[in-house]
Amino acid sequence: MTNDYSIIGKSIAMIDAAGKTTGSGKYTDDLSLPGMLYGKILHSPHPHARIKSIDTSRAERLDGVVAVITGKDAPNPFGILPVGHDEHALALEKVRYVGDNVACVAAVSEAIAEKALEMIAVDYELLPAYFDPEESMKTETNLIHDNKPNNLEKDYHHVFGDPEKAFAEADYIAEGRFLANEVSHAAMEPHCTLASFELDPHTGTLGRLTVWSSTQVPYYLQHKLALVLEMPMSQIRVIKPLVGGGFGGKSEVIPIEIIAGIAARAAQKPVKITYTREEVFWAHRGRPRTIVDLKTAVKNDGIITAVKARVVQDGGAYCSYGVVTILYSGALLGALYDIPNIQYDGYRVLTNKPACGAMRGHGTVNVRFAFESQLDEIAAKLKMDPAEIRRRNLLKPPCITINGLRVQSYGLPECIDQIVTRSRWNERKGKLPRGRGLGIACSHYVSGAANSIIRSDMPHSTVNIKIDRDGGVVIYTGASDIGQGSDTMVAQVAAETLGCTLSRVKVVAADTDLTPIDIGSYSSRVTFMNGNATLRAAQEVKKQIAAAAAKKMNCVPEEILFRNDRLTCGDGSLTRPSLTRPGGAEIRSESATVSGRVEGQILRGSLQQKRKEEGPKDSMTFEEAVVAAIDFHGALSGTGSYAPPPEARGGKHKGAGVGPSPAYSYSAQVAEVSVDEDTGQVTVHKVWAAHDCGRALNPVSVEGQVIGSVWMGMGQALTEEMIWKDGLLMNPGLLEYRSPSSVESPEVEAIIVESIDPEGPFGAKEASEGSLAATIPAIANAIYDAVGIRLRESPFTPERVLAALRAKRSAKPLNLTEGVDPTAPTKFREHGGELCFKGKGPKRHEFDPARQPAHPGGAD
Amino acid sequence: MKKELIELRVNGLTHELAIEPSALLLDVLRRDLDLTGSKRGCDDSSCGACTVLVDGTPMLACTLLAFSCEGQEITTVEGISEHGSLAAIQKAYGDWGGAQCGYCTPGFMITVKHLLTVNPDPTEEEIRSALSGNLCRCTGYTQMYAAIKAAIEAEKKGMATLK
Repeated sequence: MTNDYSIIGKSIAMIDAAGKTTGSGKYTDDLSLPGMLYGKILHSPHPHARIKSIDTSRAERLDGVVAVITGKDAPNPFGILPVGHDEHALALEKVRYVGDNVACVAAVSEAIAEKALEMIAVDYELLPAYFDPEESMKTETNLIHDNKPNNLEKDYHHVFGDPEKAFAEADYIAEGRFLANEVSHAAMEPHCTLASFELDPHTGTLGRLTVWSSTQVPYYLQHKLALVLEMPMSQIRVIKPLVGGGFGGKSEVIPIEIIAGIAARAAQKPVKITYTREEVFWAHRGRPRTIVDLKTAVKNDGIITAVKARVVQDGGAYCSYGVVTILYSGALLGALYDIPNIQYDGYRVLTNKPACGAMRGHGTVNVRFAFESQLDEIAAKLKMDPAEIRRRNLLKPPCITINGLRVQSYGLPECIDQIVTRSRWNERKGKLPRGRGLGIACSHYVSGAANSIIRSDMPHSTVNIKIDRDGGVVIYTGASDIGQGSDTMVAQVAAETLGCTLSRVKVVAADTDLTPIDIGSYSSRVTFMNGNATLRAAQEVKKQIAAAAAKKMNCVPEEILFRNDRLTCGDGSLTRPSLTRPGGAEIRSESATVSGRVEGQILRGSLQQKRKEEGPKDSMTFEEAVVAAIDFHGALSGTGSYAPPPEARGGKHKGAGVGPSPAYSYSAQVAEVSVDEDTGQVTVHKVWAAHDCGRALNPVSVEGQVIGSVWMGMGQALTEEMIWKDGLLMNPGLLEYRSPSSVESPEVEAIIVESIDPEGPFGAKEASEGSLAATIPAIANAIYDAVGIRLRESPFTPERVLAALRAKRSAKPLNLTEGVDPTAPTKFREHGGELCFKGKGPKRHEFDPARQPAHPGGAD
Repeated sequence: MKKELIELRVNGLTHELAIEPSALLLDVLRRDLDLTGSKRGCDDSSCGACTVLVDGTPMLACTLLAFSCEGQEITTVEGISEHGSLAAIQKAYGDWGGAQCGYCTPGFMITVKHLLTVNPDPTEEEIRSALSGNLCRCTGYTQMYAAIKAAIEAEKKGMATLK
């Protein structure tokens, strides 16, 4: 059946590609409304302080200011998780990080709003602040949230199997501390929200609210707006325009989205708020700094018998997705390899920094870095090939892991085979010149969380399809396309199922007034869940068309083949040969000539005329069949829903809700790097990344997602890091944050592995997140292969590489969590910065200040 | 600040505008002329999403005063389509996955168009170097190279279609 598809499995341009390349596509900040005001937010300059008073009177008097709002204007707490309603749109009594939201001004221009912000007087009482999670956990007074003793957001302690026994019986135990520093999404589009109230037609007071926002979760936004603004959800419409990248940063409701609503209510005018890049870094919700103490027990043959992990996450000032993040870190120790005994202790700790949340590879990435690095150490110790040790620990699906995760399709073995072959691993590993090395690592991710954030029996996705007499197929889906191409996926699935051309399909997406509930673009759930809902909706419509067409063609509905815009009866001999499909534009022009007429121009009369002339026939065009079906049924529409099956929803222990998924994606990667031992600079030359996505519905998109994940992982591995000083972010800009540019980015060879999942739509699973986690340890392992140093703290900056090289030479251990390099020289030359040499030192230029004798008083 | 009159020539049309002398070109394009194709991704000329051509040279509109562009020919992403349909590079970016979320894409369109104007047959090294002023957070750039090569091929063949 593999080659029996006409739409899916072929690379096509995204259906909204032209809007993006011509600049005509609209993102939230591109929208404006008549009379619209601009909002600006006043942020806290202190990491932890009590607000004694706020005086907004001067700001309110400034000409051009329409409204100034503070926390009291909408005091209801909210948060993305039901257990984490600890945020306010604007601070009520306390600010908890530098950048916390204090007040908002809505004015006729951004310049006036900014001027007004300076006129707001806030009296703060400073409180002790906590920046290090392990310090924060020890505190008992001045808590960040009064109801969280020891500033501990949540801790989990899981034991599966009998790890103690397994460690006692192990042949070898590896143990180590790994540290992954904090990273942020840095999506290219800064967050933006536009909120507008309509007047109630009966009373003239403020009525319905419409919010356009750069969000991955329109439905949750509608939910939280209702909560804070105390309005019924039915009175709130959330529309997601094009979104310029999310990566998890827009997967929860952040204060800006609520503040815009409050400001629009206070000003009684539309209000748009767009973050500056610096504000985006404060809004954050990225991947927390994570300390992983990891212990792995193995037998001499390389079989893993137990894993023990203690994970501490520096979660920032609010819960955000934190409880889920800390659970993912433990849960996804399982489902990649066969590990019979697991002990997990996870601590999510509050600190006075911006809240961390979900970021691509949510919760799994930093632990995977630790695990795959340690596995590499074990392989070296056992003198075993790192690829081979991974092969020896494969799962044997279908199975249920010790921590209750159901695994069905499992393409990991083929992924490993593919990258070993493509990278010529066996011929080259360990044989490259000094300074150059190869490293291997694997990872996996969920294809949608099997349990939604708000526990209920509601379907996770519902899709409606409507077809009218013009033959146009309109899909109403709540799926939120954030650039990953979900609109295109939905169109492909529907067109494939209905056997029509892609150009017939119009996608109406992510508008809570028009589209049925979909819980959002997070946990890599959209292709699997919304794809399945679309498939079911299309099948329902197809059944109706087939019933009507069967009567016209005198055959049984089940025998009708839908393909290439035609319905054919019986053996399909009349099916037109499969057309090769180049890019999107060709498909559009091709469809215009279907059945020799301009699409949409067949009127009922002429069709009946045609039928009379021809009598019963062997085939019908799609349009004819649609018209017949509408005549027969009265209307043509279908609905499909998807909820994960109960057996995929995980075990019964506390915290078992996070980790289970109907299917898991798998990735294996080889990275080739070189290390400059003089400068500590690591260069990644190439990454081979094989990803099991079940089935590639649109291969060019799958490859794009895999490459993008690998690239983002490489950023975390080498350069990206949020650098803090006393709660203040030192690098809140794209250049300082060091997102890699084209010159630093290696070639990534994406290899698609198709395991055809039994429950995925056409067998598809996720493609956008699972590959990220493997890249960091693959690079770490390649560095070890190149120069023999084991880096346990990411990113692997030149400073850390040099420190590790020095530590290796002097056999001095590196303490990673002190933030200070213990191997660094303590004496420096006077002119600053240059290392102190005990001997003569290198030859210096005659004008080098170090050569000049010091002249106190500067008589030179 | 008091507004002053300015004549700006954008995509072949002259516009008479009243703007503040401190107004940035990007704000004038987006707010006064409704040319929202050029994007703001940062505030300090680090991302390249606002790249426009000023007299044929790629410039960052987010740190350029509109007044300084008077009398010059400005081309935005809205002005690079050819004969009412996609330019080869626009089509190639769509077909080869050069654009995912698309927010950085207008900047890349301008940068690549300029590159191919001054150097119709660039090496991979030259492409990488030319693109390094524009950041993308989705693609990892790899598929952009394929798109650019395809666009060059298409231009060579003088065809509007690719592959």
